Amino acid sequence: MHPAFSVIFFTVASGAGYGLFMLMVLARLFNAEGMNMGTMLSAGMLALVLISAGLLSSTFHLANPKNAWRAFFRFRTSWLSREGVFAVLFYPFALLYLLLLWVLDNQNSTIMSGIGVLALLLALATVFSTGMIYACLKTIRQWNTALTPANYLLIGLATGGVLLVMLIMMNGGRGSSVAWLAGTLLLIAGITKAVYYFWIRTVIGPSINTATGFTRAQVRLLDTGHTAGTFLTDEFGYQADPQLLDSLKYMVFIFGFFLPACFMAAVFAGAGGWGSALLAALCALGGIGVERWLFFAEARHVVNLYHGAQRT
Amino acid sequence: MKLGLVIDLDVCVGCHACAVSCKQWNTSGTTGPLTDYHPYGEDPSGVWFNRIRHYEVGDYPNNKTINFPMSCMHCEQADCVDVCPTGASYKRAEDGVVLIDQDKCMGCNYCSWACPYGARELDRESGTMKKCTLCIDRIYDERLDPVDRQPSCVITCPAHARHFGDFDDPDSPVSRLVRERAGYQLMPELGYHPANQYLPPRLTRPVPVEDVKGKSLIHSVRDWVNKAVVR
Ligand code: SF4
Ligand code: SF4
Repeated sequence: MHPAFSVIFFTVASGAGYGLFMLMVLARLFNAEGMNMGTMLSAGMLALVLISAGLLSSTFHLANPKNAWRAFFRFRTSWLSREGVFAVLFYPFALLYLLLLWVLDNQNSTIMSGIGVLALLLALATVFSTGMIYACLKTIRQWNTALTPANYLLIGLATGGVLLVMLIMMNGGRGSSVAWLAGTLLLIAGITKAVYYFWIRTVIGPSINTATGFTRAQVRLLDTGHTAGTFLTDEFGYQADPQLLDSLKYMVFIFGFFLPACFMAAVFAGAGGWGSALLAALCALGGIGVERWLFFAEARHVVNLYHGAQRT
Repeated sequence: MKLGLVIDLDVCVGCHACAVSCKQWNTSGTTGPLTDYHPYGEDPSGVWFNRIRHYEVGDYPNNKTINFPMSCMHCEQADCVDVCPTGASYKRAEDGVVLIDQDKCMGCNYCSWACPYGARELDRESGTMKKCTLCIDRIYDERLDPVDRQPSCVITCPAHARHFGDFDDPDSPVSRLVRERAGYQLMPELGYHPANQYLPPRLTRPVPVEDVKGKSLIHSVRDWVNKAVVR
């Protein structure tokens, strides 16, 4: 699949934003260290900015955005529609939560916690739907797996956790308990991503033989029937150099998971300042950006079989 | 009703006439125009509902060229419809034809990702998704002669490789063709249950090649001259 920048930015930014919001509510619920007014408000704001910027950029890949408002109407069958509905429902609860927090001056309140938990569940549903948009496609075997929504959720939470630690430190806290959580999430996210990379190596699913119905002999493409590129070759024909793909995977693990996790361990042990926390957050987001690029670049749509690929 | 096409791979000669007539009819049809991008430029491209590809099956000397026309299969389990968030894509209950409402589509491309058969193409000019309508604006038009109430591609095909009809009726010509000639669906393992079916080439006697004589001197000279002369 052609990796579109707007979709990569959308999934990384909004994933981190929802992750940040979810962990913020959770940490506040358990009265974790460092969740003072400054941390709460800055985390809420940063989460909303990331989410909104992501959602906005996702509309840039629409060819006919004037009909985008219709996208909420097929909630019953379409994960894309569900994502949109959950994303919009999240806003009033998130804003109300932050408003109550400000009005109540960060005191414990059952109503505030209840609204926070609702916002958390909607954020969870949104990120899960984002993953399912890809996972439900039978046409792309690299995506059609439960690992896809798992990756989206875990990576969103992990990057959100790194951002939360950064904000806690900026607001004068130590953040060791949240750092422990974020580090654990980074570890689990990294392991599931590794499982995913091994899993997609096994070639399964349709071949050029089942695509054409000639299963008793070798099938080769003689001619695609068109002289210039088509919508299909533009959208699905993208193929990256396999060596590049492999070396980018090292980058994903080093920058996306390993370095941020090391930093979280350092914070847990009581070391590090907010400057290095910022560095860790940028490093994690960059690494996850590469991960998302790979997610698209490695996906091979079955229509490529009709254009001569023997397997996807 | 379950309307669809049967395509006979035994007789398709790969002339692309069906694709051209499809383009001609549908560019002024319900989902028209089928926009062309730089039609007089170096790399002319554009929207087509029907594309013909060419394959070689088997290894020489037991090989065969197969011409392979493909358009929307009007699948029974049409995931392209399920994934559409706007409701622009829909499947008609009465005859199973899958259509796109051009006034509702937001051009997100999601349905084209869900289609295994490459049937959907985005029109970059209008920003909407387009695909085969099974000539919905022909097959029910009572002002046309009954013989003309068929998709344009079916009427045009000079080899009679294309047939249109109702698969729900076991006595329709298309159902009979599928039964008698072992018609099959493409990529059945994905579970889309496409309505369109393909008839495999008939088994024929192999043409002996051992006794074919080598080229005579005069033929070699003529071939060489033909290559040397710039046309
Ligand atoms: S061929 Fe593609 S566009 Fe047509 S109904 Fe099937 S999935 Fe949908
Ligand atoms: S491109 Fe149009 S028809 Fe296709 S899924 Fe998007 S809104 Fe629906």
